[in-house]
Amino acid sequence: MSGDGITSGDYIKHHLQNMTYGQHPDGSWGFAQSPEAAKEMGFWAFHVDSLGWSLALAAVFFFIFRKVAKNPTTGVPGGLQNFVEMMVEFVNSSVRGSFSGRNDIVAPLALTVFAWVFLMNFMDLIPVDWLPMIAQQIGAAFGADPHHVYFKVVPSTDPNITFGMALGVFWLMLYYSIKIKGLGGFLGELAFQPFGKVGTPVNLVLEGVSLISKPVSLALRLFGNMYAGETIFILIALMYGGGLAIGAFGGLLQLGWAIFHILIITLQAFIFMTLTIVYLDMAHTDH
Amino acid sequence: MNINATLIGQSIAFFLFVWFVMKYVWPPLIAALDERKATIADGLAAAEKGQHEQELAEKAAEKHIKKAKLQASEIVTQAQKRASEIVEEAKEGAREEVDGIKKTAAAEIDQEVNRAKEHLRQQIASITIAGAEKVLKREIDESAHSDIVDDLITQI
Repeated sequence: MSGDGITSGDYIKHHLQNMTYGQHPDGSWGFAQSPEAAKEMGFWAFHVDSLGWSLALAAVFFFIFRKVAKNPTTGVPGGLQNFVEMMVEFVNSSVRGSFSGRNDIVAPLALTVFAWVFLMNFMDLIPVDWLPMIAQQIGAAFGADPHHVYFKVVPSTDPNITFGMALGVFWLMLYYSIKIKGLGGFLGELAFQPFGKVGTPVNLVLEGVSLISKPVSLALRLFGNMYAGETIFILIALMYGGGLAIGAFGGLLQLGWAIFHILIITLQAFIFMTLTIVYLDMAHTDH
Repeated sequence: MNINATLIGQSIAFFLFVWFVMKYVWPPLIAALDERKATIADGLAAAEKGQHEQELAEKAAEKHIKKAKLQASEIVTQAQKRASEIVEEAKEGAREEVDGIKKTAAAEIDQEVNRAKEHLRQQIASITIAGAEKVLKREIDESAHSDIVDDLITQI
């Protein structure tokens, strides 16, 4: 798979680079042709691949669930409705177990987070070269140099995506904290706990760190797990270039890792959902 | 792995999808689930009620059957009693009839016997007269001696 004249290092780097669309330093807009070019684009650039897959997967999730929700039967459910109801029940029981307040947004939020993160993680199970190769063919058809068509298919291995979702959760936390406890209550929680009014500066540092750490840990946990998993898939894929025996062993390894990964992707989605619920519960209760 | 505007895009998409799900997906599904839950609960309650009713009906049926059995045995004993009564009555009737028939038969027989005796007596009288007539042909006057003959007849 590491084609002619490409070293293993190049292969890995190529796989870990997003397809970036943004403004070149010379002022023109376009796709970055190299990791360096992508870096030079600065903040106002988009990872077309992760964002695209993320939106596409969210759309898949939304349309499947919407299809059932449009006219759900209250009698005996069919296969798809059964599946959807199972997910809804699962999320609903998780929310009931962890969330003590009353807020209509939490359960849909948890469902969205769980399904979306799961689908994004699921892209990890697709062999690492399939979709990038198709993308290179398409890129070549549009006249681009195939070697410079970068394509990363697992959105949750892009920290932008995980941070994007974690920040979304973070804004909701802040919003409901202030809405429920009032601005004074929220700031008071930051300033006067756990050491009382005397220790306000220490309290601010402690509580501030614990507040900031919530979205950061949420995003980095998912990102770290999926990034590590994907890197191992890429490393295994490298073995296919090492002859028949090593390649066959690589196939075995990939199968094993993929089976193990089924657990990881589900677990990570579940953790993300549960922490989202817990964080929002903390926003709703005094502590 | 640069942090860039993808972050903002994903955040916006996140809020949009959460809103979509909250608006278009979650409420109808939860409503359907709740409705089914209610239906199932109703069904279970109805089933329990039905079972209870069935138990009651079984008890009532058992009672009815017991009563019916009792009545049936009563009827059977009554019928047996009545039957033996009828048999007895029939026997009695038959005996009476037999006696009656016997009596009339005996009376008829007596009558016949008397009639035959009378007849015989008359015949014997006439035969005796005829015999005596032949014996005494010439010298006996029928009218003079008829009182003797009548006296004879009465003595037979």
